[in-house]
Amino acid sequence: MGGEKLNLTLKIWRQNSPDDKGQFEEFKVEISPDASILEMLDELNNDLEREGKRPVAFESDCREGICGTCGIVINGHPHGPLPKTATCQLHMRNFKNGDVIYLEPFRAAAFPIIRDLIVDRSGFDKIQQAGAYISFNTGGAPDANSIPIGKDVAAAALDAAECIGCGACVAACKNSSAMLFVGAKVSQYALLPQGQPERYKRVQTMVAAMDEAGFGSCTNTYACEAECPKGISIMNIARMNRDFIKAKIVEQEVDI
Amino acid sequence: MKLESKVPEGNIAEKWTNHKFKMKLVNPANKRKYDLIVVGTGLAGASAAATLGELGYKVKVFTYHDSSRRAHSIAAQGGINAAKNYQNDGDSVFRLFYDTVKGGDFRSREANVYRLAEVSNNIIDQCVAQGVPFAREYGGLLANRSFGGAQVSRTFYARGETGQQLLLGAYSSLNRQIKNGNVTVYHRREMLDLVLVNGRAQGIVVRNLLTGEIEKYSAQAVILATGGYSNVYFLSTNAMNSNATAAWRAHKRGALFANPSFTQIHPTCLPVHGEGQSKLVLMSESLRNDGRIWVPKKAGDNRPPNEIPEEERDYYLERKYPAFGNLVPRDVASRNAKYVCDEGRGVNGERAVYLDFSDAIKRVGKKVIEEKYGNLFEMYENITGENPYEVPMKIYPAPHYTMGGLWVDYNLMSNIPGLFVLGEANFSDHGANRLGASALMQGLADGYFVIPYTIGNYLASEKPEKVDTDRAEFKEAVDNVKEGIAKLLSIDGKQTVDEIHKRLGHLLMDKVGMSRNEKGLKEVIEQIRELREEFWNDVKVVGTGEELNQTLERAGRVADFLELGELMAVDALNRNESCGAHFREEYQTEEGEALRNDEEYAYVAAWEFKKVGEWELHKEDLKFEYVKLATRSYK
Repeated sequence: MGGEKLNLTLKIWRQNSPDDKGQFEEFKVEISPDASILEMLDELNNDLEREGKRPVAFESDCREGICGTCGIVINGHPHGPLPKTATCQLHMRNFKNGDVIYLEPFRAAAFPIIRDLIVDRSGFDKIQQAGAYISFNTGGAPDANSIPIGKDVAAAALDAAECIGCGACVAACKNSSAMLFVGAKVSQYALLPQGQPERYKRVQTMVAAMDEAGFGSCTNTYACEAECPKGISIMNIARMNRDFIKAKIVEQEVDI
Repeated sequence: MKLESKVPEGNIAEKWTNHKFKMKLVNPANKRKYDLIVVGTGLAGASAAATLGELGYKVKVFTYHDSSRRAHSIAAQGGINAAKNYQNDGDSVFRLFYDTVKGGDFRSREANVYRLAEVSNNIIDQCVAQGVPFAREYGGLLANRSFGGAQVSRTFYARGETGQQLLLGAYSSLNRQIKNGNVTVYHRREMLDLVLVNGRAQGIVVRNLLTGEIEKYSAQAVILATGGYSNVYFLSTNAMNSNATAAWRAHKRGALFANPSFTQIHPTCLPVHGEGQSKLVLMSESLRNDGRIWVPKKAGDNRPPNEIPEEERDYYLERKYPAFGNLVPRDVASRNAKYVCDEGRGVNGERAVYLDFSDAIKRVGKKVIEEKYGNLFEMYENITGENPYEVPMKIYPAPHYTMGGLWVDYNLMSNIPGLFVLGEANFSDHGANRLGASALMQGLADGYFVIPYTIGNYLASEKPEKVDTDRAEFKEAVDNVKEGIAKLLSIDGKQTVDEIHKRLGHLLMDKVGMSRNEKGLKEVIEQIRELREEFWNDVKVVGTGEELNQTLERAGRVADFLELGELMAVDALNRNESCGAHFREEYQTEEGEALRNDEEYAYVAAWEFKKVGEWELHKEDLKFEYVKLATRSYK
């Protein structure tokens, strides 16, 4: 660890409120290559505070890439240039002395900017509330081993369930589509025996909520998968599409 | 004040069953007439809110996050314990109970721990039914792994993301209740005061973090599930926003704070790389199975590790604890890392020790090591830029979990009627040291399987009334909050909130961390008081209260940490013994191990707030009827 400090130029999106027009503001920083990009912003903000200036608003929490709170578009990439890495896990040694770094919020009509790099992702919660659950009350569950689930099936469900709900897929998509996010949740339940009773109703209510929240359509550019910090596969979108179509048929046979 | 634990009579195995029968019930049709507040949406808060919603109560749930899925339970890696005995290896409810009481070094309440072990199996059933994709065997049944402090395989897991999967399970149940209309969630709200009406908890005051508006909400009971306070040390494995404010403000309204000095410092974390560092990252304890911990024998030996010959290295854990070697318990490993660094023998004179895999790679080959720890090695390289297959890892202990918290009785109710405290925010189940994979278990036990029963009993027997937020008590609390915010904004000093927080962290880590002594504790109490004075005269909080202001949010939390930090030192000074994570240098065996004093200190230290810097101690005596008091030994 260690090494020479990097001198960098940051161009950070500043926008005071949702209605504000917003613009880039330039900052010169000197930072250790061992620091993470959010620690660099912490230092910048402490400097700004000392000068009595308004710090850059950005969100983060766990700083281990699992809570999904952070999310900055870094030089055009949601969560930055490294694959399968959340913003908080990006360290400055990945940049060179003299680099210019652009920092912008996740941009999407369904993610209104609150301030600077903070956006409103409450649309994601609304989609989950529409049906991302298995309906039963606490206390009524059978013994956990009463329904065997294949090791590979459980692993595939977990691959989908690893989604951290950060919204990078939406920010990466030219249509601001949330299909990867929704497809991942639909898939988790579609793969598991516990998810079967509500499988076709779930996909319909979640897709309807996704449309209502203002997210766009999928046109198969795969940008979402490329930028996803957890590497969620677009197979999940295909699975959701299949279930969505099948639901149209199933609903003619039984009331789902 | 007399502390009543309200532990039911009878044999320990029957206490909870009998208690459930004796408790009063709220008629299903009447449940909708009760408004309940839950603060926090981690495992404890989300599971409680969802379950109470299912029962028909009207629940308001509050979180400072933008979504309830972001609570820090999500970052738990290893797993969750349960006494299923699916492995046929001799596990039982009693064994899980026994291990937890012993692991806590006999400073927890037996009856609570037994109930925890008893409901542990229901938790696994519940989570599987929710669609939590736990690891499976090829035959389709659930897989288990082993964790420290146990001789059986009872830990259920989902890769290294068990906390995430359990939290998303609870979040899904919560979402169902939001859709059903029984739960309303209030995002981006931070609880800043508790409202008491005629001595009962009847509401809270929160700040809307987007608008700065101070809002008030009333209820017939309030549940705090607001997590632990490891961030008092500034650098910890906790999330950036984790804080003690909700619990601390309740404490200042009369709730007793129990065993505040019981804080767990986890031995295998990435070391601090510089002043700009914001948090510490945990590396799984499992690495100590194959890694050898060492430092140079001589202070000031700054050669690269591969140039330091074998005979000039000190494998200090293997030397001091030949029986357990590198696998001594967390508290012992952490303390010894501190000692060698205090002697100036840390890596390059810094606060770090080597965790070296070269012998293991020579013995079993790189491939085997990669299979076992590949993802951890990747994570290490991502953060440090060094390849641990070639260069030894550098590790150092970091604050991770707080066993202390608000005092609660067997029903998880604090000494304030109507104020319940769940999960890490309470003190009850882990004594002076928590075992791995038991935090997730406790959060979900409290939320899914304990509070739904005990809160019903409180409502049915006490019949708290609905109160209007126009009452004077709410106005007084709102004024109190507004005054505090105005004061923070008016100081306009020279130091940033982070600068003062870091200084508090250094003081606490140094003197109320892995090792404590009377002299240091007395000094640090004075130093914290001075720092608090400095904070209130010289902190700089830019911006206004009527907008999104993250600096102001942090300032309020640090103001509370500056009071809590002092109480941690006061509590550590009071406890003239060593137990679990609380190690007082004056009280150790000849071999340097923790020396408990069961005669005088087998009690819960519950502190009553009198005024800032002044507390009154109340004691709840602990009786050990089912697990015999014994000394732990690792030689």
